[in-house]
Amino acid sequence: MSTPETTIAAPRTGRIDPKYTRGESGKGNFEMLAWLFMRVSGVILVVLVFVHIFSNLMVGDGISGIDFGFVAGKWAHPLWLFWDLALLWLAMLHGANGVRTIINDYAERDGVRFWLSMILYVATAAIIVLGTLVIFTFEPCMVDATGALLENSPAICR
Amino acid sequence: MSHAANETAAPAAGTPVAEETSDTRPADQSSQGGAGGIESFDIVLKVRRYLPEASEESYWDEWRLTMYGTDRVLDALHKVKWDHDGTLSFRRSCAHGICGSDAMRINGRNRLACKTLLKDLDLSKPIVVEPIKGLPVEKDLIVDMDPFFQSYREVMPFLVAKGQEPTTERYQSQADRARYDDTTKCILCAACTSSCPVFWTDGQYFGPAAIVNAHRFIFDSRDDAGDMRLEILNDKEGVWRCRTTFNCTDACPRGIQVTQAIAEVKQAILARTF
Repeated sequence: MSTPETTIAAPRTGRIDPKYTRGESGKGNFEMLAWLFMRVSGVILVVLVFVHIFSNLMVGDGISGIDFGFVAGKWAHPLWLFWDLALLWLAMLHGANGVRTIINDYAERDGVRFWLSMILYVATAAIIVLGTLVIFTFEPCMVDATGALLENSPAICR
Repeated sequence: MSHAANETAAPAAGTPVAEETSDTRPADQSSQGGAGGIESFDIVLKVRRYLPEASEESYWDEWRLTMYGTDRVLDALHKVKWDHDGTLSFRRSCAHGICGSDAMRINGRNRLACKTLLKDLDLSKPIVVEPIKGLPVEKDLIVDMDPFFQSYREVMPFLVAKGQEPTTERYQSQADRARYDDTTKCILCAACTSSCPVFWTDGQYFGPAAIVNAHRFIFDSRDDAGDMRLEILNDKEGVWRCRTTFNCTDACPRGIQVTQAIAEVKQAILARTF
């Protein structure tokens, strides 16, 4: 007979499934800052959103008063320019971070998580860039090549 | 550690029946004894079975049992194991809510089988018993607890105090003791961690139980390693993974305010950073 095993492996040695072992990549304060950002931006957004809704829909002509001219008039004032910019950035980052945590919670495979996150980040970046561009370059009175006002331009242009 | 528990695993085919079957049977005594007017009722016990020796597939097994008003889910499981099907496997040690061995999913909620009275459940429907979720099932209601205890160990669940010399007592005021009293009650049954939806999909999350046991030392005035524990839990898989769904608080058989403890650890990390 062959010689008996002199050592017996400790029970369950190395049996923990790799899906339970944490890597070293999780260090740093990013998750804490993201958590804090959600709370702070949430509180600020409540004010930003409700003032936005109130000033757009309930003051003056209400919803029927909203057109290019209304937006141009609002953005002529730097306060509203800043207000809408803050609203755009905070809402997009707040929402994107929320979806990011949902993806992290529910995507089980690393590949799925990576690609869902990438789609989210690209979409978020595109909307933030486009929105910022619109806020700063908004032009209610569009002209054609000859310099004439386009049809359907708001009354303030004439 | 008592939590390692007796596994009342069924004997493999062909081996003699384990001596457990000759144990005293408190459940039977209560049901046969002259206790008088204890109500009795028929229940259907529906258990998620998994017998890896027989099949890789798990399946449902049902038994119709006559039980009594003083019986718990654990008594029903004992009745099955002792009188009907000896292959049914589950953990239990003290059977009185202290050892934390018999956490299981009863009617969709994590409970200790030894603390859940049958008469408190809806007996018009089968009582559904499953293993706790998120940990690998080894057999029937027995799961591999190693990942759970791995997270527990990583938060250093022991007193770390400077000045080890045991020349004086480490005094603590009643107020300081009360600060972490709630989290001393943990019995490591894993009911909270395995009720957490984040843990179900992300096994790397430390989980409520590890955070509760870190909380117990972080807020202990005699302990000096709070900073280290906060650093460990300020991790991608640490406290920030908590979504405050309160499943853990609902699941805790000891009534620990688990979600609140997690929130206090979050606040401590923030207070330390800013």
